[in-house]
Amino acid sequence: MDGDSVLFSLRLSFQVALGATTLVVLVGTPLAYLLAMRQFRGKDLLDILLTLPLVLPPTVTGYYLIVLFGRKGAIGALVYQVTGFSIMFTWYAAVLASFVVALPLMIKASRAAIEAVDKNLINASYTLSHGALETAVRVILPLARRGIIAGAVLSFARALGEFGATLMVAGNIPGRTDTMPIAIYSKVSSGDWSTAHLMVIIFTVLSGLVLYTSNKLGKRIF
Amino acid sequence: MGLAVELRKKVNGFALDVAWEIGNELVVLFGFSGAGKSLTLQLIAGLLTPDDGRVQLGEEVYFDSRQGVNVPPQRRSFGYLFQDLALFPHMRTLENIMYGATGIAKGERLDRARGILKAFHLEGLERKFPAEISGGEKQRVAFARALIRSPAVLLLDEPFSSLDNPLRLEMRRFLIEVRKEFGIPVVLVTHDLVEACTLADRMIVYSRGKIAQVGAVAHVLNCPVDGEVELLVNRRNLDLPPHLCVQGPTGRLG
Repeated sequence: MDGDSVLFSLRLSFQVALGATTLVVLVGTPLAYLLAMRQFRGKDLLDILLTLPLVLPPTVTGYYLIVLFGRKGAIGALVYQVTGFSIMFTWYAAVLASFVVALPLMIKASRAAIEAVDKNLINASYTLSHGALETAVRVILPLARRGIIAGAVLSFARALGEFGATLMVAGNIPGRTDTMPIAIYSKVSSGDWSTAHLMVIIFTVLSGLVLYTSNKLGKRIF
Repeated sequence: MGLAVELRKKVNGFALDVAWEIGNELVVLFGFSGAGKSLTLQLIAGLLTPDDGRVQLGEEVYFDSRQGVNVPPQRRSFGYLFQDLALFPHMRTLENIMYGATGIAKGERLDRARGILKAFHLEGLERKFPAEISGGEKQRVAFARALIRSPAVLLLDEPFSSLDNPLRLEMRRFLIEVRKEFGIPVVLVTHDLVEACTLADRMIVYSRGKIAQVGAVAHVLNCPVDGEVELLVNRRNLDLPPHLCVQGPTGRLG
């Protein structure tokens, strides 16, 4: 049994999930707004691209991330040349993987909520001399908050449990990138059943707590 | 300030083709449901774009298909009342009204809102959400929100249709007061003949996307231009005020 490594993995998992959820909310909400409210060329394609990580095997998503962000990847090579830094096999890569995999959940939930906002309320805002941005911030997003929060919670849960894509881009480096799901996998592989056992129980209880808190929070806000 | 509109729009097989002009008066757009009355208001306010035509308020051109002018709705000076009132459910009474206080100096907004709350008998409801106030109060909040920034014209899309009768009468009186107080042109969409008769200075009768007749209420009632208008303004079962039952001149307007 190795208490320190359990604690480390636990902290890392929450750190990664929080980071990914923050990104998901910041990026996903405007994208959901765009998809719900605007007509533009390539909208269907964008929708499909953003949804793909939901249906692709995580290894495929991970593969694409390597192709894009690896040291020789399209974006990664550029970043490496300029900064000498590569995201691969760091905990940032775990955030990136969780972000990409959780993003579709955020977009689905908040897009549906934004589309459900009464069109008359949006029109009323316009006739009261408020432009599109102000209408979005003061009318549409507050009225869609239920779906947006639901999307964020789903994304957090998904990010917390992310395994496949994370393994491909962040690897399994003990004490650096081994989040709970990855640590559990490697404990089981190496036959350390007692540690795996403890981690599974902690993970299950904490996930349950996350759901409980989100339910409580949901009731208080609405 | 006058409002002149010329609107053509095809929507799902329905074709609207109307042109009319009003001065500082209360004009009722009257007709059966689906005649294009609400669509007209939406086109005037810029919530929908006409296929072609023109919308002009005083000297200001809001829409002109030939010149390629199309001012977005948030920069048109209309107060708009929606059929369902469209009060923001997540805002309290005061917030709803303040949300309409655009184009007013920040320091004056609250004073102006307090003033209109008082004038519309809404004091004490400042912190209530729309779901917590009565139907009549909601109506007055919607009026307050639409009027606080002093729009040039008031567009009303059947705002009283969902009210029970006593409240509807109260709101009609209220509208007459509002018009006295603000002195701006009002376009009221309704398919309620009594409402049209008690409120309108002039009536524009719509029929299947076109104008069937324009004129003073008494005139339209007494000299319907064709069978369809006659059917629309059939008074047999109505208890109209006596001044409307006088036989008017027989000429045809408009």
